Amino acid sequence: MRTALHAEWTKLRTVPGPCALLSGAVLLTVALSALVAAATTCATPGCARDLDTVKLSLSGVQLGQAVVAVLAVLAVGGEYSTGMIRTTLTAMPRRAAVLAAKAATVTGLVLVAGTVAVLGCVLAGRLILPGNGLTAAPGYPPLSLADGPTLRAAGGSVLYLALIGLLSLSVATIVRESAAAIGLVLGLLYLFPILLHVVTDPGWQRRLQQIAPSSAGLAIQATVGVHDLPIGPWAGLGVLAGWAAGALLAGALLLRLRDC
Amino acid sequence: MTATVTSYRSTVETGRAGFGQVLRAEWTKFRTVRGWLVATAVAVLVMIVLGWLTGAGSHSSYNSGPGTPDIVGHPYVPIGPGGEAVQDRFSFVHRTLDGDGSLTVRVTSLTGAQVHPGPDPSGPGQSRPAPVQPWAKAGLIVKESTQQGSAYAAIVVTGGHGVRMQYNFTGDKAGPTGSVSAGAPRWLRLTRTGDTLTGYASTDGTVWTTVGSVRLAGLPATVQAGLFAASPSQENVTQHLGGGGRVTGGPSRLTAGFDNLDVSGGFAAGDWAGTAVGGDGTAGLDERTGFMQYGDRVSLTGSGDIAPDVTGSGDAMEQTLAGVFGTLTVMVVLGVLFVTGEYRRGMIRTSLAATPRRGGVLAAKAVVIGAVTFVAGLVAAAVTVPLAEHILRTNGNFIYPVSGLAQARVIVGTAALLAVAAVLALAVGTILRRSAGAVATVILLIVLPYILATAGVLPPEPSRWLLRLTPAAGFAIQQSLPAYPQLSRAFTPAFGFYPLAPWAGFAVLCGWAGLALAAAGYLLRRRDV
Repeated sequence: MRTALHAEWTKLRTVPGPCALLSGAVLLTVALSALVAAATTCATPGCARDLDTVKLSLSGVQLGQAVVAVLAVLAVGGEYSTGMIRTTLTAMPRRAAVLAAKAATVTGLVLVAGTVAVLGCVLAGRLILPGNGLTAAPGYPPLSLADGPTLRAAGGSVLYLALIGLLSLSVATIVRESAAAIGLVLGLLYLFPILLHVVTDPGWQRRLQQIAPSSAGLAIQATVGVHDLPIGPWAGLGVLAGWAAGALLAGALLLRLRDC
Repeated sequence: MTATVTSYRSTVETGRAGFGQVLRAEWTKFRTVRGWLVATAVAVLVMIVLGWLTGAGSHSSYNSGPGTPDIVGHPYVPIGPGGEAVQDRFSFVHRTLDGDGSLTVRVTSLTGAQVHPGPDPSGPGQSRPAPVQPWAKAGLIVKESTQQGSAYAAIVVTGGHGVRMQYNFTGDKAGPTGSVSAGAPRWLRLTRTGDTLTGYASTDGTVWTTVGSVRLAGLPATVQAGLFAASPSQENVTQHLGGGGRVTGGPSRLTAGFDNLDVSGGFAAGDWAGTAVGGDGTAGLDERTGFMQYGDRVSLTGSGDIAPDVTGSGDAMEQTLAGVFGTLTVMVVLGVLFVTGEYRRGMIRTSLAATPRRGGVLAAKAVVIGAVTFVAGLVAAAVTVPLAEHILRTNGNFIYPVSGLAQARVIVGTAALLAVAAVLALAVGTILRRSAGAVATVILLIVLPYILATAGVLPPEPSRWLLRLTPAAGFAIQQSLPAYPQLSRAFTPAFGFYPLAPWAGFAVLCGWAGLALAAAGYLLRRRDV
């Protein structure tokens, strides 16, 4: 397993793509968060109750997740598109180990990049929001990781990104085609929030929010009105973990059953 | 023994490789990949299934008061003379006018109030003085009947938009600006000649300016004419992060003071009658409900609005097309693969060797993927809209009626939007030559701005800018209901109102696709392959 890990690490390390994608993920995440924070002002007295500054500062994850998905899809899809997968599977006939090594490498990388990105987001929120009137006076103390819910939201966002990576990697293993895999993953991530917008039954909305990988998973970012959420923060992340685990299992099974 | 050897000759006729041949070659490439045909069918199905889901997941029911059972359906929505849904609820003091006639009045005061529901929810509620709503209005009106939705023309003073000439719910002409107070009263005059109504305004009752003149075709000879007052509900919008918006507020009231009321022409003799148009039953107006007459002076209190109705009563037809995002995702993948597939397999070398005019290859590809996507999108949208509308109606929802032309624009526009997005995907695929990166780029360019703008992540103003500049502006072509300026509603992207006109938004998307295609053509010529 150690050699498998080493091999996968070498593959990712020695091409410029993953490095560029990871720094792109960090940059885009922080940039979108900073933009959203800069666009949010406390102009009306009503904002004193409704704003979730933590979630708002972490909204860059919505963009970062797409870059993470591309990275994870390419880690597998790239092997299929170049035919490298035949070499890989010949060198390491234990296919489950190959997938596990890939998953571990990608997850590790995403965890590192995700931590950097989320710290950047929190910092951006801490620096920008007070300038827009969201100060301690109307009930918005500066963001701090010492605060329990904030720490949960920030740490959870890192885990969320890692799970998205895992899900994308598994989907790519299932469909073996980068373009189709990235289409499927982005469809899964972005289609549910749009559907939520047009379905009007509260019951249906609740159910959709409970099963959608992105809506449920991002419940981890909520710090205001947590009890009114359709799904709790950790339960929501659990739903996403379920999606990722199911896809990983299906991918492992197919990798075993198919020729390559 | 010698054998005669005849060299092989292709039976295919030699000919110039015109654009027709290139087009045929590209169409063959698309047609003969079974996975792509299956994907196209899936793209169509996705829109239909999500449309069905939208319908099945939206129920509407109402009751006629506390304690009464819920009925599947929606409260009555009046329909105006132009076929659009309207709000038609106001206090009306009127007399019958037969034939031509003229009304003149002086508006001396406008007083606003906000209504708070009392301890008994069915009671009249408590009112508290509040500023006059900007679109609260009072003035003179000539209306076909006291039926909701009947034709009308009115000359009005408003809380914050000066004098206006309004007619048949959608018509609105601006007159002199300025507000009304005891120190600065406003004279209004409305005359009827045949089916033409003309509104005048004056500050002193002697010098009159014409505000507007309208023809109400088919206005019967006998109409109701008189004074009215209406005040739309106050609306405060709170954007919720990740969950659309919430509208708070409540009904408001306007009390207008009039004097110097003078009528001439074919008015029937008798007293002025008060009617609460759109009220429960045929409630008359009296002193208790806000119609007071003392001597020359009249005081009239009204709530409600005479205006088009575009939010809050039901669903817009484009809501059935939420599945367009699923279709878009599939067609973007196909658009990218249509060119990156050639790079991956090295087929691009064969293609470019066979057709050295590289721009022609790219153009043929764009035509093929654009046409396939357009047809698929048209089939999907044309099936989805009636199907989902049927389910929505069965579930008791009101669907805003729109003209056949607007309906056709939404359906054909959806197909065109998908086609242009697929061409954009093809162009980005040519530029990047990588499948995953190109797919992600295009989906992020189109879908992410839409989500950021409509899901309440960003406040309204930045959302509007996103929908002006990014390819997501193209979704404006799906907006079936106009954002009327004479409504104080939250016309934000979160409620489905785009900052650009339908075709302007579509043009922005086309601009992106055109630029990408030009860049792709340039790079394709400059690079070896």
